[in-house]
Amino acid sequence: MLEVRDIHSYYGKSHILHGVSMTLQEGEMVCLLGRNGVGKSTTLKSIMGMVRPRSGSIRFQGRELIGLQPYQVARLGVGIVPEERRIFGSLTVEENLLIGKKNALDGGDGAQAWTLERVYQVFPRLHERRTNKGRHLSGGEQQMLTVARTLMGNPRLILVDEPTEGLAPLIVQDVLHMLAQVRRSGVTVLMVEQNFKAAVQVADRFYVMGKGQIVFEGDVDALLAADEVRKTYLEV
Amino acid sequence: MTQFAVFVLHGLAYAGLLFLVSSGLTLVFGMMNVLNFAHAAFYMLGAYFSYSILQWSGNFWLSMLLCPLILFVIGALVERFLLRRVHQHGHLHELLLTFGLAYIITEGVKWIWGNYSLAVSLDGFLTGQVSLLGITYPVYRLFIIGCAVAVGTAMSYVFYRTRVGIIVRAAVDDHEMVNALGINVPLVFMLVFAVGAALSGFAGVIAGPLLTTYPGMAAEILVDAFVVIVVGGFGSLGGALLASLIIGQLQAFGVLLVPKLSLALIYLLMAVVLVVKPSGLFGEEA
Ligand SMILES: Nc1ncnc2c1ncn2[C@@H]1O[C@H](COP(=O)(O)OP(=O)(O)O)[C@@H](O)[C@H]1O
Ligand SMILES: [Mg+2]
Repeated sequence: MLEVRDIHSYYGKSHILHGVSMTLQEGEMVCLLGRNGVGKSTTLKSIMGMVRPRSGSIRFQGRELIGLQPYQVARLGVGIVPEERRIFGSLTVEENLLIGKKNALDGGDGAQAWTLERVYQVFPRLHERRTNKGRHLSGGEQQMLTVARTLMGNPRLILVDEPTEGLAPLIVQDVLHMLAQVRRSGVTVLMVEQNFKAAVQVADRFYVMGKGQIVFEGDVDALLAADEVRKTYLEV
Repeated sequence: MTQFAVFVLHGLAYAGLLFLVSSGLTLVFGMMNVLNFAHAAFYMLGAYFSYSILQWSGNFWLSMLLCPLILFVIGALVERFLLRRVHQHGHLHELLLTFGLAYIITEGVKWIWGNYSLAVSLDGFLTGQVSLLGITYPVYRLFIIGCAVAVGTAMSYVFYRTRVGIIVRAAVDDHEMVNALGINVPLVFMLVFAVGAALSGFAGVIAGPLLTTYPGMAAEILVDAFVVIVVGGFGSLGGALLASLIIGQLQAFGVLLVPKLSLALIYLLMAVVLVVKPSGLFGEEA
């Protein structure tokens, strides 16, 4: 479904991604691990069109994404849940949800489309808070809202950047549960995490990133077996 | 007492014009981070185009309809072919561009219409006076207040009650995120810029018969409009409304009570707001 090949991305003159490649199959939940600052977020932003790679290729369902604007990538069925969450603070919860709505793809493949009703069913807390301003939500609520806001566009692939960052352990479990649910609904998930223990619970496959490059690819067992990789690139 | 009411009405009429000019200015700044120095030049163009349309057709209603349309197109072209191109080079370039544009428009106006004031005269009921509760007041100022209320109401409805409004408010918060959610943000920028130019032009049309139409009129209102968007809070339509009302009254009563200091009063207000609430009356706390 997604094929990233040898991309090189920059911020101004600083060369951040040095030839990143990864592949996702439809329906998979894949996790990208790695230490702070190695380029995980930049990889997601490159896929979304928020950073334009200078070379390489990113194919989504057979279409080249490099050169498209973020809204065009979104309309093809890719959604991003950014690390900073980026809730619209001056809008109500419901208005936050309505933003992504109009250009929503139909559910596609017979999958159930996300609507306000369905979001409120799955996230009753957001229903309770629907008239509150975004900036008045707690961290866990904000994380729910960003994910739900992106789902309103009915993406086929969702890019989730460190969803458990800064959340209390109990809320972390809620968020993981929610992502597993999203994935069961047929959405392919590419998740960035630093929290290895959290990631292992939900992901099928893992990529590990070193400085701007992928240094490991494999499933849970392979990752647990690869002591060197974990020591060098993950454990602090 | 009647004198007091007259000055309140004067203040309201000026507030109406100010609000029409500053609403576009504040939204463009809130969304695109561009302080558009050419925004008041659109207001001036509205007044001059209206003058010429009146000369040619004698129909004020026609110029009220045509001028905003023309300025909508001009605004869209400026955004699409000038601002968007320099955007990637940063704010300073955008600022210089709008500054240069304001300059060019002002010189162009002098060249075409001359470097002196023109009198826009109306006939018909708009020139009359009404008497109400012992006050005699020019119909035309009431007409300006009415126009501003009508346009302001329509705008508030769109801004706070429709999907388009949700998108524009969200884009003021974080336009990159709106883009990533599937909204064609460059198009939104262009339309908001164009609507802002059209409103500014509309203000120019209705200002024509009240104030003087001359090449300095843009600079004159621009200063007050800047104060409005600072006091109201960048990107806030509600803030622009409240600040326009306050500054309208300050203007009217300042001229009455402390004629020499009326301009200083406005800066004083701005300074006080900046000290007490730097993000403006309705601004988001950083
Ligand atoms: N907007 C930016 N401008 C300049 N440098 C940036 C920007 N965002 C990130 N970087 C730099 O790029 C590198 C990779 O960042 P990022 O992709 O956010 O890492 P990660 O998500 O793996 O923590 C870091 O060194 C960071 O300092
Ligand atoms: Mg990151």
